[in-house]
Amino acid sequence: MNLMTDTKLQQALETSVDDKTDELIKMQGRKVTVHYGYKQALFDIDLDIRENQVTALIGPSGCGKSTFLRCLNRMNDTIAGAKVGGMITLDSENIYDPRIDVVELRARVGMVFQKPNPFPKSIFENVAYGPRIHGLARNKADLQAIVESSLKKAALWNEVKDRIHEPGTGLSGGQQQRLCIARAIAVSPEVILMDEPCSALDPIATAKVEELIDELKQNYTIVIVTHSMQQAARVSQRTAMFHLGYLVEEGPTEKMFTNPDDKRTQDYITGRFG
Amino acid sequence: MTDATLERLPVAKAPARRDIGLKRRYAAERRFRFYGLAAISVGLVFLAVMLLSIFGKGYTSFVQTSVLLPITFDQKVIDPQNKRDSDPNVLVKANYPVLAQRALAERLGISPTDKPQMAALKGFVSDGVRTQLRNMVVADPSLIGTTKDVWVLAGANIDSAFKGQIDLDVAEGNRKVSDKQVAWMNQLRDQGVMEGKFNTGLFTFGASSRPETAGVGVAIVGSFYMMLIVLVLALPIGVAASIYLEEFAPKNRLTDIIEVNINNLAAVPSIVFGLLGLAVFINFMGLPRSAALVGGLVLTLMTLPTIIIATRAALAAVPPSIRSAALGLGASKTQTVFHHVLPLATPGILTGTIIGLARALGETAPLLLIGMVAFVADYPTTPLDPSTALPVQIYMWANEAERAFVERMSGAIIILLVFLMAMNITAIVLRRRFERHW
Amino acid sequence: MPMIYYVILVISIGIVALVIARRRAALQIQGAVKQHSRPHYHGWWAFLLATVPAILLIIVWSIGSSIYVERRIDAQLPQQAADGPIASRSLALSLVGRLADALHRLDAETLANLPSSFEELRPKLAEKGVALAPDTQDYMIPIAVEANRTGDALQMTGGVLALLLSIAGAAYGIRSIQPRARARNNVERVVRWGLLASSMIAILTTIGIVLSMLFETFYFFSSVSPLDFFFGTVWDPRFAAAGATDSVGQFGLIPLLAGTLYIAFIALLVAVPIGLMSAVYMAEYASPHVRSIVKPALELLAGIPTIVYGIFALVTLGPFLRDLSAALTGGSPFIQAQSIFTAGFVMGIMLIPVVSSLSDDIITAVPRALRDGSLGLGATRSETIKRVVLPAALPGIVGAILLTASRAIGETMIVVLAAGVAARLTLNPFEAMTTITVKIVNQLTGDLEFNSPQTLVAFALGITLFAVTLLMNIVALYIVRKYREQYE
Repeated sequence: MNLMTDTKLQQALETSVDDKTDELIKMQGRKVTVHYGYKQALFDIDLDIRENQVTALIGPSGCGKSTFLRCLNRMNDTIAGAKVGGMITLDSENIYDPRIDVVELRARVGMVFQKPNPFPKSIFENVAYGPRIHGLARNKADLQAIVESSLKKAALWNEVKDRIHEPGTGLSGGQQQRLCIARAIAVSPEVILMDEPCSALDPIATAKVEELIDELKQNYTIVIVTHSMQQAARVSQRTAMFHLGYLVEEGPTEKMFTNPDDKRTQDYITGRFG
Repeated sequence: MTDATLERLPVAKAPARRDIGLKRRYAAERRFRFYGLAAISVGLVFLAVMLLSIFGKGYTSFVQTSVLLPITFDQKVIDPQNKRDSDPNVLVKANYPVLAQRALAERLGISPTDKPQMAALKGFVSDGVRTQLRNMVVADPSLIGTTKDVWVLAGANIDSAFKGQIDLDVAEGNRKVSDKQVAWMNQLRDQGVMEGKFNTGLFTFGASSRPETAGVGVAIVGSFYMMLIVLVLALPIGVAASIYLEEFAPKNRLTDIIEVNINNLAAVPSIVFGLLGLAVFINFMGLPRSAALVGGLVLTLMTLPTIIIATRAALAAVPPSIRSAALGLGASKTQTVFHHVLPLATPGILTGTIIGLARALGETAPLLLIGMVAFVADYPTTPLDPSTALPVQIYMWANEAERAFVERMSGAIIILLVFLMAMNITAIVLRRRFERHW
Repeated sequence: MPMIYYVILVISIGIVALVIARRRAALQIQGAVKQHSRPHYHGWWAFLLATVPAILLIIVWSIGSSIYVERRIDAQLPQQAADGPIASRSLALSLVGRLADALHRLDAETLANLPSSFEELRPKLAEKGVALAPDTQDYMIPIAVEANRTGDALQMTGGVLALLLSIAGAAYGIRSIQPRARARNNVERVVRWGLLASSMIAILTTIGIVLSMLFETFYFFSSVSPLDFFFGTVWDPRFAAAGATDSVGQFGLIPLLAGTLYIAFIALLVAVPIGLMSAVYMAEYASPHVRSIVKPALELLAGIPTIVYGIFALVTLGPFLRDLSAALTGGSPFIQAQSIFTAGFVMGIMLIPVVSSLSDDIITAVPRALRDGSLGLGATRSETIKRVVLPAALPGIVGAILLTASRAIGETMIVVLAAGVAARLTLNPFEAMTTITVKIVNQLTGDLEFNSPQTLVAFALGITLFAVTLLMNIVALYIVRKYREQYE
């Protein structure tokens, strides 16, 4: 699985440290490849994810952005026939190392999915599930505090505090998605991956979720896949452009949208293909 | 747009109608529809006829003719030597039918010395009176010497005659009740001491050579033990197997073989499972014949495929988004399955299990091979005791010649069908109630 | 069964280990290092370590020691028993076995001065409620005593070993608790093995069916030639006394096979048209409301056990047809009370819901687009069904009919009650004929000696039945699966 030796990785790590010293690399992908059966979906992706920033992955559909996202917490493991090559690190630790427990990894790198997928249980149980299995709460009061603070962080508390024991599936789409974010936050992850989190929502709900993402970046590192360039421009600090399984270009969002280096990026953001 | 803005243009002329045989085709359509309706009706009518004929034959079995007799518990008959304190067997061995016969004679005003009349009384009251009176006296010896009104069962032929099932126009020699007995019967009915009462014995008695004291109580207990064994073994094993195949198994040759194999097992004739039980459980492992344990094991193997197929369908119906949600939170695969997927699949699993159990409850053929066609009169206390099952009891009564047994058998079928309908309806309701559309 | 006590002890040790391990793991939460697994996983891992190996040992040890004891008894049986025919040798073995079991019930004092003759021993055993066969020999008593002693010693050793193993497992489990220890993964691995083992039971059942029947069938073929069985046209298994080798009887499969196929054919003749037409109506014409009532009703009917159909044929339909035919000809009935027709007809009724629900699924799987294409050309409903839907569904329907046919061939209770027991070859559907399943039941009910060809033939019949139905099922399931994949 690992194409590079450890010394090579070390060199790669050193060279990639940014000039700006206040920004830290949280996750790092080096020569990441993904095969689904005989079909290759990603080709040698090198990408850094910076701490406490929102990184947006954009590109036309089928470009591999979601695939790359799912590599970051090894959700690709659950797809039969998927093979990941190269190396991805979290705090300079290779997450595909056989010694890494995938469950522990996913507790550190949480995920929010395209369609809101609350468990068919109460709102409280939805948020409490993660802390329960990971043993994050000492007692009931602790658990309640975690649930409350997570719902508050997800800007959902005021809307649901009176019906916390009603089923989470009864909420509106936007609320459900924020519930899913609250559920992810409750585990206190370091990184939150979001796979087109607003694609199933109406514009008002989208605005709320985007607002939330902006607030969350103070405490979490966020990677968001989006098909909407406006959204990427609104919420992210850095943007990576994917095309046909290759990483075309990566840089500060502002630069990407005003003065991209690659012609394909330019074509894409001006709507020539997509 | 208003009319004013419309240009007035001529309407296109329709070409001459082609003949596409509409009339003939619609007739064919109606015929076809009629065939479909007819097929459904024919099927339903056959089934209705069958059920009606069984109910018609069986409903009378829930009534049993009984006679109210003033029984005198005469010490001279029960314990002539007054030894009951030293030898408890005296009370058990006493000649109780004599008491009933004397009481009956008294009711009918027959002198006990009138030998031919007394002989004709034979069979008027069921021989089951022996057990009935014995149990009364053994439970309360102070009854001896007193007189008490007791409802006793009429004999099988009297019972049939009383229910009007014996044609009294037939010559006396060709029917099973004599004119004298019929006269007595009418006399007792007019006195109000002979009537049809609800037949509790049908539910409590075991096998018996006399129809009026034969019941399905023992068979129901045997069936219950077997269902318990099936539930305790087949449900967990079936669910575990389905979870493995649906959630964990890598797609390879082995799982393919297991899958094909399970689908085939579901269609293997049930009698083959009986042969397996005979060869493996009884011959090889040395478990006792006629035991509910062996029956339960055989039925478990038979029910497993049904439960596995239903459970896998229920698991597959749980949307993958639930799984990714839990996995994304850092739940392990096992936690995901046991915390989320399995609870959501429970209604489907229960439906499949109930249907499987209902099939097992009505299954007869494999049980015949492992020796459950046995005359079992006593309640089994453990699953290792000889026992029989409800459908097997029905089968055994089907082989009896007497008319009264046919009635019992039909009654037993009604009981079996009521159990099965209740289970199946529960399953259908459960499925409708908890059916989830994702 | 004293071994069960060891099992209980082992489980108790496991529970103690669970509690200790959980507490110990919970105490480590205070430490600085983040725990890998929650405390209860450490508890369960300790429990599994303490119980699973020990219980496996107990099972293996019990089987091993009972085989060993049996060998010992076998070796000690005197020569004349050993030289005798197999029946008497296995009889002697089982007599000693039963005697040994019975001796277990006696108290220590009686055991200490055990009488040396069976005559004296018998009443003492009877006092304890144990009745033994009268042909138990005197020489068997010391063998039984010796067998019991060996057995007890072995059990004791095995039990103690299991307990030691259990304690060792518990200690290891408790000692290995560290914040980074992956107890959850360990527990989950065991759970997964358990799940895998459960799914292997299905395979084991098939292997059990095949092996057990093959074994008995080979035994049967040692006294009757396979040629005579498979191609014989006469079925006449004389119930000869055991040992009388001159009259084994004739075991010809052909009449039974013919009866089976004949009855199944008539059943399909009834069930397929009616069932198929009802399915078409249900799938294509019936309103959702009607469907929601008739479908569950059909399911209920499919749930009626076959013995009920059999009784209906035996008690009502059979006599009715006989009387009817008697009335028609004015005297002699040409339909017998038990006949191929009665059995086949009733079986056909039973199969209607089966055919209809199988083909309903098949027909509704035909994609809407096909129907729309035909209706859009101006075809009527029935034309669409006859020319488009049914041809498209044909492979699936053939599969469904094959599955139904295999049910008909394997059906037992209806034919046992309605078809008769006379094995003969006839073409007249109003006469009685018998089937493979009927003969399996006949040969195995009643008090027959197990090892005679008369009973063993049932296994040869069984494996024939199994092979035929298995073949049909595999083909049918394959067709149906391919059919479904085509439209998915």
